[in-house]
Amino acid sequence: MPATKLVKGVLKGNRRDLARLITLIENEHSSAANALSMLYKHTGNAHIVGVTGPPGSGKSTLVTRITAEYRKRSKTIGIVCVDPSSPFTGGALLGDRIRMQEHSFDKDVYVRSMSTRGHLGGLARATSDAVRAIDASGKDIVIVETVGAGQSEVKVVEVAHTVIVADVPGAGDDIQAIKAGIMEIADIFVVNKADYPGADKKVTEINAMLDLDSRERGWRPPVLLTNALTGDGIPELVDMIGEHMSYLQETGLLKEKGLQRSRDELEQIMEYKLTRELFTRLRGTPEYEQAIKKIAGRDDDPYSVAERLIAGFLISVRE
Amino acid sequence: MSSSKKIRVLVAKPGLDGHDRGAKIVARALRDAGMEVIYTGLRQTPEMIVEAAISEDVNVIGMSILSGAHNALFPKVMELLKAEGVDNILVIGGGIIPQDDVPALKAAGIAEVFGPGTPLAEIVGYIESNVKL
Repeated sequence: MPATKLVKGVLKGNRRDLARLITLIENEHSSAANALSMLYKHTGNAHIVGVTGPPGSGKSTLVTRITAEYRKRSKTIGIVCVDPSSPFTGGALLGDRIRMQEHSFDKDVYVRSMSTRGHLGGLARATSDAVRAIDASGKDIVIVETVGAGQSEVKVVEVAHTVIVADVPGAGDDIQAIKAGIMEIADIFVVNKADYPGADKKVTEINAMLDLDSRERGWRPPVLLTNALTGDGIPELVDMIGEHMSYLQETGLLKEKGLQRSRDELEQIMEYKLTRELFTRLRGTPEYEQAIKKIAGRDDDPYSVAERLIAGFLISVRE
Repeated sequence: MSSSKKIRVLVAKPGLDGHDRGAKIVARALRDAGMEVIYTGLRQTPEMIVEAAISEDVNVIGMSILSGAHNALFPKVMELLKAEGVDNILVIGGGIIPQDDVPALKAAGIAEVFGPGTPLAEIVGYIESNVKL
């Protein structure tokens, strides 16, 4: 299907066209870039909310509950749930949808499962473009659920306006709470499974960690208790997500982040295209293979070979 | 930089039976064969299955039934797919399906039926050679 037709469908909110476009994005099909560039001016309207946290912390259930609360408030929702791919076979078992069944028949909720396809950082390479496509299809809120995150799966911060870090009672001591990485990216902390013993202690530990934060910040991440199974604490969480957006708007941070994001994105795209161009020219040529053999045989070193190859590439581009 | 297409499969349990050991084994085998498997969990209606298949843009739907409701539910899924204008998804079934029922299911559009004891490699091979990407 030509990109223009697909774009028309996506803008009308047609979910099958949206689903197809996301597949093209995932497969890095040439028409995807085309479609995305046509869609770009229709994006930037959705509030993008990231949900991250360790495996089993209740992210999917939380996302389902947040969605239900937003639906009560007449907001339309898109969800991208990311699960890891196998490092051995590239296959993946995507199981987040199981918890999202209650929204199956709601035409205003679109759920898409996504494999990381080997990408690190908690998201797939295609996630941010998929979010963009959903944004263009007119959804008010787009929720991105990361893979079960360890400590450095922090890519979600580059995609979402508001990041929720979900944690559960009983996992780790107070030193875990002051480590770098995932604990730093939260705009809102959620201690889920609030009925488990130790929930209050967990809240205290996170708050104590926040007390140690010496950065001057206008927004101190609140720590909320939720029980995603019963729905306790969910309306307060959704209120808080809205408050965070208001904060971003009022302080001008939203604009600032937008600029930074556009810069990062442009640079990433250029980097990707340049690298691809470079490797298309090099790979398979006898000179390249020869150089690799020399490096392996210690007759040459990778540092100076890289310098020479890139210099050669730049000259050939100039010509 | 994986620019290759991946086979996306929806593994679903239509109807009311509560046993999904078989479905999970198949899901795992397809995963190990490099496919992206979306598992929907138990007690799906045909409408839910078709909705999920469209939203997830899958190439294959694999359904498992042990309760005996296959003659009603499998054709219903095919009917709904047709109503949505979807004709590029390979639909296969499995579970406890009497041989006598298979011809009618195939006539309804179920491409193949895999009973208990089917080697997993056979299912993987069937999908790989019949899927439309």
